[in-house]
Amino acid sequence: MARTDVVVTGLGATTPLGGDVASTWDAMLAGRSGVSALTQEWAGQLPVRIAAQLAVEPSEVLDRVRLRRLDRSEAIALIAAQQAWADAGLADSGLDPERLAVSVGSGIGGATTMLAQDDILEASGPRRVSPHTVPMLMPNGPAAWVGLELGAKAGVHSVASACATGAEAIALGLDIIRAGRADVVVAGGTEAVIHPLPIAGFASMRAMSTRNDEPEKASRPWDKGRDGFVLGEGAGVVVLESAAHAAARGARVYARLAGAGITSDAYDIVQPHAEGEGAIRAIQKALADADVAKMDVMHVNAHATSTPVGDMLEIGALRKAVGDHPVLSATKSMTGHLLGAAGALESIATILAIRDGVVPPTINLDDPDDGLTLDVAAHKPRHMEIPVALNNAFGFGGHNVALVFTRA
Amino acid sequence: MTRDEITAGLAEILEEVAGVNPDDVAEGKSFTDDLDVDSLSMVEVVVAAEEKFGVKIPDNEVQNLKTVGDAVSYIAAQS
Repeated sequence: MARTDVVVTGLGATTPLGGDVASTWDAMLAGRSGVSALTQEWAGQLPVRIAAQLAVEPSEVLDRVRLRRLDRSEAIALIAAQQAWADAGLADSGLDPERLAVSVGSGIGGATTMLAQDDILEASGPRRVSPHTVPMLMPNGPAAWVGLELGAKAGVHSVASACATGAEAIALGLDIIRAGRADVVVAGGTEAVIHPLPIAGFASMRAMSTRNDEPEKASRPWDKGRDGFVLGEGAGVVVLESAAHAAARGARVYARLAGAGITSDAYDIVQPHAEGEGAIRAIQKALADADVAKMDVMHVNAHATSTPVGDMLEIGALRKAVGDHPVLSATKSMTGHLLGAAGALESIATILAIRDGVVPPTINLDDPDDGLTLDVAAHKPRHMEIPVALNNAFGFGGHNVALVFTRA
Repeated sequence: MTRDEITAGLAEILEEVAGVNPDDVAEGKSFTDDLDVDSLSMVEVVVAAEEKFGVKIPDNEVQNLKTVGDAVSYIAAQS
């Protein structure tokens, strides 16, 4: 029996580069950095005083009363999902709610709500803690709000696999449609944890860049001067749809989600496997799942977070699983690392790279690591035909996810 | 404090917490049916009203406060 083909028919995002997909993509192709200095008073005490903050505040999009009951990660998931939904033209399509599912995850969840409400608890006592606290901090909150907004009744799912979350949520959406449990899945990731505690925690791991004096140069994947990732916030959401359903309603199709590969390292809670074994298997599984030959992969949107170890491990994994021919991009050089939203935003970049025939640039790659033997579109975008592209996402916990997108 | 003053105070809270138009707030209005205040927002309204009017509204009383007028009467009797 032929397997169900799954296509992408809608995109939505709010990111450090723009309040929607079009402005984000334009900024990426222009090689702009979304990283800036943290000017909040609390930042002064931290070793890391830079981050990639949202270009458009949620308060410019959602009304005040609505925002009172949404964690920031929920608000931006909702904004991205509304955009994707409108973009897909599904609003008045007569889609059966029981054929619509949601798969939206977060790496950390409603941490800022928990911390803010704990401040209230300490200062004013339990009666002053907001009755909205639990639905604001629960990790399924973003998915649940999106499901509520869109009326999804085929299941609302919230994957949590750290920095692989956004990609794994999309992979789950693929599975749901292939399994016949829904015709349409609104899938993606969200993250909003620019707060002193998460920053201090990541900084204590020595995982973050401390290039505080040059925010725009701090995220520099594969560059010799890289010294850790730059925390970003944002949300990315795609509308996945069975190809037959999309065709029947005459939907515009961006690309095909041809396959996904998910593996786990079983090696260390935070260190990636020393030979990238799990990453290699994830990519190989994705290519097999997509029934794509590795020679056909022309572009990879790499996970490449700008950490000393991880960046080069991924290069080794790509050489082994794909080869030396694809043109790479590390869009985190511009967006920072959106943690649980990264795999979703980078899937959107991968999809648009295919659609527009252009590899987005990797900025700040001034002095490439000696081990960088693959071709990277450094500084400037590269125009080329991209029939097949790969997006990688890896997360603390040993999660490895690879997604294969192909031209529709 | 007059009943009108309490009603006006409640209207301010309802606008802040639930986005209710102050012009819609009147003694005969039901919190849930007319003003669309859900159960979690009602908790916020009660806590804010306790602070604003210097009264205590125990949880077992809240279920009896169906309308703005019920709340005004309760607050007027306590303050």
